[in-house]
Formats: sequence, C-alpha cells, structure tokens
Amino acid sequence: MTVELGHFSLVLALVVALVQGTIPLLGAHRNDHDLMMVARTAAIAQMLLVGIAFAALVHAYMVSDFSVRSVVMNSNSLKPMLYKISGTWGNHEGSMLLWVLILAVFGGVLAWFGGSLPPALKARALAVQAWLAFGFYLFILLTSNPFERLVPPAVDGRGLNPLLQDPGLAFHPPFLYLGYVGFSMAFSFAIAALIEGRVDAAWARWVRPWTLVAWVFLTIGITLGAWWAYYELGWGGWWYWDPVENASFMPWLAGTALLHSAIVVEKRDALKGWTVFLAIVTFGLSLLGTFLVRSGVLTSVHAFAVDPARGVFILALLLIIIGGSFALFAWRGPSLKGGGLFQPISREGGLLLNNLLLSVAAAAVLVGTLYPLVYQAITDGKISVGPPFFNAVFVPLMAPLLVAMAVGPLLPWKRGDLSPALRRLWVAAVAVLGVTAVVWSQVTDMSLFGFLGMALAAWLLVGTLVELAGRIRLFRAPITDSLRRLARLPRSALGMTLAHAGLAIAIAGMAGAGAWKIERIQVMAPGDTVTVAGFTYTFEGAQPTRGPNYIATRGTFTVTRNGKPVATLEAEKRRYPVEKRETTEAAIHPTFWGDLYVVIGDQKNTDGAHVTRIYFNPMIGWLWAGVAVMVIGGAVSLSDRRHRVGAPSRRRADVFGGATARS
Amino acid sequence: MKRKHRRFVFVATGLAILFVAAALILSAMKESLVFFHSPTELAEKPELADKRLRIGGLVETGSVERGADAEVRFRVTDLENAVPVRFKGLLPDLFREGQGVVVEGHLQDGVFMADEVLAKHDENYMPPEVADALKKSGKWEHMKKTFERSGEQSGEQSQDSKY
Repeated sequence: MTVELGHFSLVLALVVALVQGTIPLLGAHRNDHDLMMVARTAAIAQMLLVGIAFAALVHAYMVSDFSVRSVVMNSNSLKPMLYKISGTWGNHEGSMLLWVLILAVFGGVLAWFGGSLPPALKARALAVQAWLAFGFYLFILLTSNPFERLVPPAVDGRGLNPLLQDPGLAFHPPFLYLGYVGFSMAFSFAIAALIEGRVDAAWARWVRPWTLVAWVFLTIGITLGAWWAYYELGWGGWWYWDPVENASFMPWLAGTALLHSAIVVEKRDALKGWTVFLAIVTFGLSLLGTFLVRSGVLTSVHAFAVDPARGVFILALLLIIIGGSFALFAWRGPSLKGGGLFQPISREGGLLLNNLLLSVAAAAVLVGTLYPLVYQAITDGKISVGPPFFNAVFVPLMAPLLVAMAVGPLLPWKRGDLSPALRRLWVAAVAVLGVTAVVWSQVTDMSLFGFLGMALAAWLLVGTLVELAGRIRLFRAPITDSLRRLARLPRSALGMTLAHAGLAIAIAGMAGAGAWKIERIQVMAPGDTVTVAGFTYTFEGAQPTRGPNYIATRGTFTVTRNGKPVATLEAEKRRYPVEKRETTEAAIHPTFWGDLYVVIGDQKNTDGAHVTRIYFNPMIGWLWAGVAVMVIGGAVSLSDRRHRVGAPSRRRADVFGGATARS
Repeated sequence: MKRKHRRFVFVATGLAILFVAAALILSAMKESLVFFHSPTELAEKPELADKRLRIGGLVETGSVERGADAEVRFRVTDLENAVPVRFKGLLPDLFREGQGVVVEGHLQDGVFMADEVLAKHDENYMPPEVADALKKSGKWEHMKKTFERSGEQSGEQSQDSKY
C-alpha cells in the first residue's frame, strides 16, 4: 500500500511540476503577483510529494518488501540495516528518485527562504527548476519506475553489490547528487536572468551561496568516492581517471570556476555573460555526468544495468536542456551589458586567469573522457584513455593555476602591480627551496612530478598564509591586535584562506602518494617477514571468520620498526554467499607521513601461504585532511552574513556593494 | 594601458592557454592512447607486438595456473583464438574462469605480459569490450544465452554450494 502511495505521489509531483513550470512564468511576464506566488506553493508541494515517494521506497527497503522488483534485485533480508537503507539509492531506479528528491528539496528551500528575492526572478527560477523536475519525473515514471511490483513476490532478495556495502559508499551518492543537483540552482538563476535580460551584483550575490553549497557537497561526494576506492578496491590508489570519476570531476572544475567568476560579477559588475555561460555549462556537465554514469555507455561499477531506452531518454533530455539553454544564451546573452574591460594585473584579472585555466582543464578532461566514444563511433575501433593521458594534460594546466593562486589574492581590485605582491611572497619562495631540499634529502626516487607537487604545495600554503598575515597585520601590530583582526575578518575571506590552504595540503598528499608509493607483492607463509619503507611486516597466519552476511579469511600482520612494535594489521578477503561475490578489505594503519596498507590475496597451497600485497602510501592522509580543510573553508564562507541563502534585497545589496568592494 | 592593448592581452592569454592545452592533448594522445584488440585480431596482426594494448575476452576455463612467486598464467579467449597471459600481482575479486576480463600490457614472444587485469564489477554485467570481442568472433549469440541463463540462476539459488 505504501508503495502505491509513493508511486501516486510521484505522479502528482509530475502534475504539480507542470503547473509550477507554466503559471509562474506567465505571472512574471504579466507582472501578476498572484500567479507568481503559485511557484512558492507548488515548489513546497513538490518537495512534500517527492519526500513521500522517497520515504515509501526507503520503507519498502527497510521492511524488505520483496513484492517490489527494485527491492528484490538490490536487497536481502540478511543485510545490515544501514545497507538496507543505503541500498535504496544503490541502484538505478532508487538513485534517480534520490536525484529528483534533492532537486525538489532545493526548490522547496528556495521557495521557503527566498523571501527577499525579487518576485519575478524567484518565480522564473522556480519555473525553470520545475521543468527540470518534469523531465526527470517523466524519465523515472516511463523508464525506471522504482515502485514496480513483482508478481508473484520473491522469497528473498538478490542482495546489494558487496562493494557498495560500505559506510563510505553509503553516503557517496547522496553527497554527489547534492552537488550535481545543487548546480541546478545556479542554472535556474542563469536562465531566469536570461529571460529577464538582467544580471547585476545582487544576482551574483544570490547565485554565490547556492553554488558554494553545491561545491561543498560535490567536494565531499567526490572525496568519499576516492576514499572508498582507496580502502575498498585494494589497489592502493585513490584516483584512476576513470570516466565516471571524470564525470563528477568536470562539474567540480566548472563549478569552481563559477564560484570565482561570480565574485567578479558581484564586486566589479563584469564577466556577466561569461558567468551565465559557466552556470549553464556547470549544470550541463552535471547532467552529462548523470548520463554517462546511468546510460551504461561506459564500463564501470556505476553502470547498474544496460538499458538502451534509458540511455536514449537521458540523452534526449540532456540535448533539450543544454541545447535549449545555449540557444537562449545566444539569443539573449548579448543583451547582458558587461562592465567593460579591466586591467590584466588586478584581482579580477587573477580571477579571470583562474577561470581560463579551470575551464580549459575541464574541457581537456571532457575531450579525454569522450574521445573513446567518438573514436568508436567513427572507426569502430576501441581505445582507452587512461591516467597517462590525463596526467600529461592536466598537471601542466594546473601548475600555473597554483602558482597564480598565491599571487591573485595579494592583488588589489581594479589596478594592481605585480612587484609588491611578489616581494611579499619572498617567504613562500624560501619555503619552496626549503621543502625541495628536505624532499631531496629524504627520497631516493627523483620524481619530477613529486618535486613539482611538493614545491607548488609549499608555495601555495605559505602564499595563502602571507595574505592572511597581511590582513591581520601579523608581526606589524601587537599580537593581541592581530588576533582581534583575525576574529573580525569577514567569514568569506577566512573561508577563502582555508579553502586555498586546504588545497595546498591536499596537493602535497597527491604529490607524495603519486610519486613515492612503494608496492611489494609476494607469497608469504606464516612467520615470513617483509620490509617495506623501513617497516617490517610479519605474517602471523590467516583464520576464517564470519560477518553478518559474509564469511572471510582474515590475515594478521604485525608491524615493527627498528624492533619496536608499530601496529597489528588485519586484512580480510570476504565472500558474500548471497551475492556470490568476493571483496578485499585492506588493512590500513595511518601515520603522519604515510599509510601502511596491506592486502591479502588467494591462498597459495595447503601450508597456509598467501599472496600478499603491501604498500607504503606516503602523505596520503594529507590529501583527506586537505580536502576536509577545503570543505570547512566552504562552510565558513557560507556562514558569512552576506552569503546567507535568504540574501539581501536588491536595494540593500547595492549599498553594501559599494562599501565592501575591497574586502 | 589603452583599451586596445588590454583587449589584446586578454585575447592573447586566452589563445595561448588554449594553444598549450591543444598541444598537450595532441601530444598525450600520440603517446598514451591504448588500443583495444580481441585475441583473434592479435593473432592476425603480428605487427601489434611490443605496443601497449588491451585485450578482452573470457578467461579460458581450466587455463588458470598459479606459479610459485605470486605469478598467474591464464589464457584470454574470444572462443576463436586464445592468447596466453602472464600477470604478477593480485587478481581482482571478480576474476574467474569462464568470465569476462580485460588485460592491459604488451605482447612479448607470443605471451601477453599484463600489468593490469580488469574484471567486471558486477556479476550481471559484461564489459562492452568483451561483448564486442565475442561479437567479432561470431560467438556472441551463443555466449549471450549461457550468460543470461547463469544470471537467472544466480538469483534463484540463495546459497552457493561452495559454502
């Protein structure tokens, strides 16, 4: 019964979306306040209806209702409750329902809290949201209905892919979708602005917090995925430039660019057309990501099922949304009057360089991701574009960005001069030399990539701190005065410092783990020892063990360094009888300078010898810590008074725009 | 700076970045693209030796041998031709005889030295590369049937006999 209720709610939501997509547009056109207000009611109704639909599906998974096809295919009565719930979105149908739920929640939040927005802009933005929702409701109801019944009901379910039965991955899809779908807000505002023919500082001030919210969630989502790949897939790496990873990374790059170009619109009233274009591109790339992942055109863990009808439907939706937006942009874009050109050496010049490099990098990733598909369509041959390609293209594009990232925040708005900024960065230059010397003395393997990464990380981290020190007049004013200034710093400025510093820390982690990873593969009998990176691993043997829905072989290793005990590691190889699958559970002991990482493989013969793989992943923890600092930076920036989602009114914003132009 | 000069700086910077990116992409494509071949193509084109490539097909039933030193030997087949493969390392969790696999490496004296073995992530899913290799060798229809049958069976059996 609840399942039918969920299904019915979704159909109702489709109807409400149709109303929300038409009447408010008419109202905004005629300047009829009552018609515009329909958007608010409809958006909140949509949120509730999709909420009911989603809750009904979660309920079906929780109680293991095996008369529902989706539950039978993806759940099992023996599964722990967490994975029963996360199984709701661990499959195609459920994940699409999560997608529209998040879309509806964003729409509802905008309707509820966006009281200070100009009514016409709000009505139009909500109408655009509704059209997006309409397309996806149709997609779900016509091709991927999660509420489909199975007659007769099954006795038990087939279980969820054990690789997905993991806390990191339980939350990876919701965060990723919060990011993807969050960019739909910037998109809706961009389309509304194009219809209205007006983009100003206030518009940018409304778009920024939504973009920032989406960016924070997408950053968390991508990192959870990378972290999961690191500890669950057992190959010691965290990023493979896999097409589905790229699918989430491209909107991140474009969204990061959008975040920065919106600042220029807000402070300097320039780059308007470009910012609207970026908002469309960012959401377009999010949709492309959904298409690539959901259509099964790519070989990946995310390709749940290959159904051509679904692929064609999403592709059509993608073409209509992106094609329509670009057509609208081509038609209305020229009417967005820019604030004219500005000096190349200035804060806005730096932000423009950021945008150029990030968008070119996103385009390069797009080329690499789609090239195999295009190649196959043209020649019928098959190729793969792997990490060597992306490293060769992406790293040289990012290096100048990181160099410029330390300089840009030191330049004033409007008119800058490079030499005082560079003079202030002498400390950063010293840090680069120091770090390079230390790394030189520590490593035996001279990796250019590693040295470049460490040097850039040092430059960016110290450069960012120099900017902060300048703001709070550190060492130039009494320390209490500096602390007072730090406490009074605008949250958005503090957020920028944290985000940039976090990126620097993460880059150090990427460089260290990428360049100096050590890997040893060997057969070990109980009692055998192996030394990796100064740590001595003794294999103590393997025992069978049991979990709630799996059985496992657990290998125990004791690790010592110079005779002193360091850790006991227990790596598992699990078998899930229901799903008939095996998974590798790596044992990881994190230390400040790197992770000790052990994987146990097949038994070699009867005397208890196993294939083992032991890694030392230097600095990998810095990557996770750095991303955490970036996310905190985003959240701090979001808490800025001026970024509140309810944003100031247009008139007040203009007054503030003048007063805070230098902050 | 005059307006004209400023515009020139922006256009020049933009074009320079685009040019560098295009050059990077083209040179990387030349160096690091990996072509995919089926075992039959490999048998027909000896000139593919020494190049880095990917081959895909099924792990031939009964061909997996484990050496003393974490080395594994097996054969990848498209049911028409088979290629002997050598790999040192841990095989992916879903590596099984009779199942689809993609290996990356290079051919050396008739033996494919793999440094990467990719198995599918999901038992109900055949990598498109493998499906294509089987289609080319004309064995797809046959495989598809047995494949679908095994998929249906796996849902009905709630307990694997192994445990």
